[in-house]
Amino acid sequence: MLGGLDALMRSVQEKYMRNDIPEFRPGDTVRVYVKVKEGDKERIQAFEGVVIRKRGGGTDATFTVRKVSYGIGIERTFPLHAPVIEKIEVLKRGIVRRARLYYLRERKGKAARIKEKKEWMTTK
Amino acid sequence: MKGILGRKVGMTQIFTEDGKAIAVTVIEAGPCTVVQKRTPEKDGYSALQLGFMEKNKAEHKFPKPLLGHFKKAGIKPTRWLKEVKFDNVDEYNVGDKITVEIFKPGEKVDITGKSKGRGFAGYHKRHGFGGGRRSHGSDFHEGPGSIGACADPGRVHKGKRMAGHYGNETVTVKNLEIVDVIPEKNLILVKGAVPGHKGGLVIVKGK
Repeated sequence: MLGGLDALMRSVQEKYMRNDIPEFRPGDTVRVYVKVKEGDKERIQAFEGVVIRKRGGGTDATFTVRKVSYGIGIERTFPLHAPVIEKIEVLKRGIVRRARLYYLRERKGKAARIKEKKEWMTTK
Repeated sequence: MKGILGRKVGMTQIFTEDGKAIAVTVIEAGPCTVVQKRTPEKDGYSALQLGFMEKNKAEHKFPKPLLGHFKKAGIKPTRWLKEVKFDNVDEYNVGDKITVEIFKPGEKVDITGKSKGRGFAGYHKRHGFGGGRRSHGSDFHEGPGSIGACADPGRVHKGKRMAGHYGNETVTVKNLEIVDVIPEKNLILVKGAVPGHKGGLVIVKGK
């Protein structure tokens, strides 16, 4: 009898999850404000790029942001509920047809663009 | 010494205040009822017999002696009945409830459970043997290697690690740190892994 164990687990995870994270999907462009510790000082560093993957559930969920910096592709994976994330800003909504945008790794420049989802396209 | 009975809910990952992710095991512990007291005068040691998780089964389905034992304590029969060592038995009476509140975050506990049964397991799984090379002309892949010498001693030494039954034995993990206690839901979160499968009985023993 495993009755209720999953519900208990969810209740534990909910206690540690953040509810100030905006909703975003793969294809969206986001700016992640990360707290960086340097010695005893703490400062905020922004990481801006396209979300190419969201995975996991509960406290275990992570997302990966890809950006191209001086011609070199950089991907960072953040735990969605990590306290090191100051805030997440959604800059653009993208139109994509898959959940994992790994194909962006093989493309550069114009080919790596994602169509933007305009405000009027979203059904209310 | 103190302790409580619980069942393993599973493992997850949580974040500490300084931003670190740690792996924790969630245990639903208690409330346990004191069914019997063991005192130094009468039994030579001090402990409490605890019952955990009441069963809603018809009375005639329990063995009569067991039913009598629970009736004496005035409680419903429980799924699990185990003795846990306690220092201060005098403070408890038969019928008292023991809850997770006997533990506080930061405490170190020992946790006993029954490990997952692996059945008849081979050398690799049971003892971590590496085996031989897959390629580069190797003729030796999966076997145990030599199990002894020649005419002297002329036998295999006792205790030689071989394939056999693995798991389903009582295992105690010592000095696990309690990360959080949630009294409303009778939950304890301990850092690291705990023996057994989900829903299995674990005994959380404090110092």
